[in-house]
Amino acid sequence: MNSSVITADGIAVHEEHHDDSSKTLLGFWIYLMSDCLIFSALFATFAVLSHAYAGGPTGKDIFDLKYVLGETMLLLVSSFTFGMAMLNMHADKRNKLLGWMVITFLFGAAFVGMEIHEFVGLIHEGAGPDRSAFLSAYFFLVGTHGLHVTCGLIWMGVMMHMVHRYGLDGIVKRRLSCLSLFWHFLDVIWICVFTFVYLHGVL
Amino acid sequence: MFGKLSLSSIPFDQPIVMWTLAGVVIMGAFVLGAVTYYRKWTYLWKEWFTTVDHKRIGIMYIILALVMLLRGFADAIMMRGQQAMAAAGAQGYLPPHHFDQIFSAHGTIMIFFMAMPFVVGLMNMIVPLQIGARDVAYPFLNSLSFWLTACGVVLIMLSLFIGDFSATGWLAYPPLSELKFSPTVGVDYYIWALQLAGLGTTLSGINFVVTILRMRTPGMALMKMPVFTWTALVTNILIVAAFPALTVALALLGADRYLGMHFFTNDLGGNAMMYINLIWIWGHPEVYILMVPCFGVYSEIISTFSGKPLFGYKSMVYATVAIGVMSFLVWLHHFFTMGSGANVNAFFGIATMIISIPTGVKVFNWLFTMYRGRIRFTVPVLWTIGFMVTFVIGGMTGVLLAVPGADFVLHNSLFLIAHFHNMIIGGVVFGCLAALNFWFPKAMGFKLEERWGKWSFWCWLVGFYVAFVPLYMLGLMGATRRMQHYDNPAWQPYFVVAFIGAAIIFAGIGFTLLQIVVSIRNREANRDLTGDPWGGRTLEWATSSPPPFYNFAVLPKGEELDQFWHDKEAGVAYRQPAKYEDIHMPRNTGVGVFMGAFGVLLGFGLIWHIWWLAILGLVGMIGSFLTRAYDRDVDYYVPAAEVEKIERARMVPLNGLIDRVDVAASEQRVA
Repeated sequence: MNSSVITADGIAVHEEHHDDSSKTLLGFWIYLMSDCLIFSALFATFAVLSHAYAGGPTGKDIFDLKYVLGETMLLLVSSFTFGMAMLNMHADKRNKLLGWMVITFLFGAAFVGMEIHEFVGLIHEGAGPDRSAFLSAYFFLVGTHGLHVTCGLIWMGVMMHMVHRYGLDGIVKRRLSCLSLFWHFLDVIWICVFTFVYLHGVL
Repeated sequence: MFGKLSLSSIPFDQPIVMWTLAGVVIMGAFVLGAVTYYRKWTYLWKEWFTTVDHKRIGIMYIILALVMLLRGFADAIMMRGQQAMAAAGAQGYLPPHHFDQIFSAHGTIMIFFMAMPFVVGLMNMIVPLQIGARDVAYPFLNSLSFWLTACGVVLIMLSLFIGDFSATGWLAYPPLSELKFSPTVGVDYYIWALQLAGLGTTLSGINFVVTILRMRTPGMALMKMPVFTWTALVTNILIVAAFPALTVALALLGADRYLGMHFFTNDLGGNAMMYINLIWIWGHPEVYILMVPCFGVYSEIISTFSGKPLFGYKSMVYATVAIGVMSFLVWLHHFFTMGSGANVNAFFGIATMIISIPTGVKVFNWLFTMYRGRIRFTVPVLWTIGFMVTFVIGGMTGVLLAVPGADFVLHNSLFLIAHFHNMIIGGVVFGCLAALNFWFPKAMGFKLEERWGKWSFWCWLVGFYVAFVPLYMLGLMGATRRMQHYDNPAWQPYFVVAFIGAAIIFAGIGFTLLQIVVSIRNREANRDLTGDPWGGRTLEWATSSPPPFYNFAVLPKGEELDQFWHDKEAGVAYRQPAKYEDIHMPRNTGVGVFMGAFGVLLGFGLIWHIWWLAILGLVGMIGSFLTRAYDRDVDYYVPAAEVEKIERARMVPLNGLIDRVDVAASEQRVA
């Protein structure tokens, strides 16, 4: 702990001595577990209400599996491309990192776009969230996931700007690692959504 | 433009509310005027509002809790007054809608904005000191957590004067809390105040789990942690695991009210029982979130003032962890009567009874710690003994309620009300006040007066029994909770006695405030120069009172249980290093304050459907957070020379006292 150098540009110096990224990552993991519990409560609610159609449409009537498969693929590929971005981050290849992040962003944005399109279509068909408890649970669960992806996109935009502005210093790398965890986490959640909401709903 | 808000939202026609408003305005003007007159704004802003120092954040939490204790108690005594009057056809002085708001506000405030800030404040104040850390893991998040809690407080106080508050009880059960039956903004105040404060609490939980797991001083293994820190760890794990259920329950209720969804409505497939389940999956752990840290407080106090190590440290830790795990397995006992069937009820009834086993372990541990100890009957010890008696009685009525058959008779009766007040006043409030007396010198640098503290204790203790034993009896006679008036004149004497009990408790609160005021006035006489006013055992007593902002100039060793006691015995306490080093500290930031303020705008906009204001609040919160994310100047080094200067100044009075301290310590050794 030789840290007697206090300079105007001392931040870079601090970074060497205070590698708290493992602390941040632990905290972020705990946050993700807490978020996971939010989703599990929503899944439980969906399970309880999954047959409360109230005379309205059922999952069979409204889910288009091919369309949802498309969404799923977009999100899964975006996880892969983010993985590529992280590999480049560890290799300190800034421009490649930015390139992969742009690709990831586009896939994520396309996913959100498809989801919004699906929601709008359902509402126009009269199968909106106010039609039945089943649809409320469906919209809320899938919508919460979509909201998370949207937040992830905003975060990704900010991180691209930070990479551009600050380069790959400790703080930026730490935050990218958190974002990466977040993005993969949303993928895992989506797999559950795909299985329990869509596949199970059509069965 | 202003959504549902108009001038008629202010209840001009209700004299009680208007007089309260006048009182709040006058007192507020007085406080603000005093701050301005003494030119303290800059000081408050720089040293307190923007601080990321866990000790100051802890103090702010506790001040917030004490203020809200007054608000919550005002609600309580109004209820007791109403029920003392409204017998046999009389209507009392509170109309039904107002009475309903008062009992809802009382519960909501006491749990979320009194007990929670108090225990979170205590953990803030003490945990980093006990583990020999210089701050929490995320100092900025800590500040943000506080300001989000304050934001919830502001919203709930606004509901008193603008619009109305929820009239649906402290947990806002649907379908009553649905838009159809509660069309006013009351439930919306409830939802958003709790969501914003709950976000702050969740962040606190994450912060403290990481702090305790990763920032303990070198050598401090988990099983060498002070018991209060252990209880704090379990509590914060409970927070992280339980609060998501609350978030979801309130969010779904909000979706019903704002977006016309049908989660808990009577029609179109809604299922109100889902809300009841979700809210209690949070709610039962929540009562342990309040109680478990207080177990830690009592453990510290009883071992310090018995001059002995805690009896059965390991069993205490295991009991705490067991209580934490089991708290998630009993939620259904809050609604045995709601038709889950005999087998389900039997499971949850037995699980509930099993919790009394680790709790009993704790009680015996405290008793055996006192056994053959040289007990000093200070104010914290009085609170602890009062707790042990009261809590055991409350526990026994709890085991009684855990029998599903008995619960069918007692559900929603005043017996239940008496039971949980028995636990929460006898357990949590006594614990908080014990902690206030115990750690006040550490936080402020001087002790609280004993005399008024004892007066306060006896008033609370006597007042509690006078107020709640009649409620037990009334419950057995069939009186239900939340009655604005009742027909049976035979109940009235009991309610009158309960009101007298509340008045005695009021005196207890008054004496606590008096105790604080008198102690501040006589602070020179009660100054704690050693940092160790009680003959303490754990590391928070090793540093000065109040501790320097960096807590410890040199990180202490943590290899023994009761490390500081061990150091004093070995004669190595207060030893100064040959050379100090620079200390790395976080810089203060106002971002937490701004995010809290924008949070108020967001909540207020959502409550009154003023969408532009809500968007402004949300964008403001995100924007403030981003300025923080782009701020790269968030920490600094305290030069070794400055540390040395501060430590030298501390040692001047201490050197003369150390010999006496050691003598005092040896006197306390077990005979």
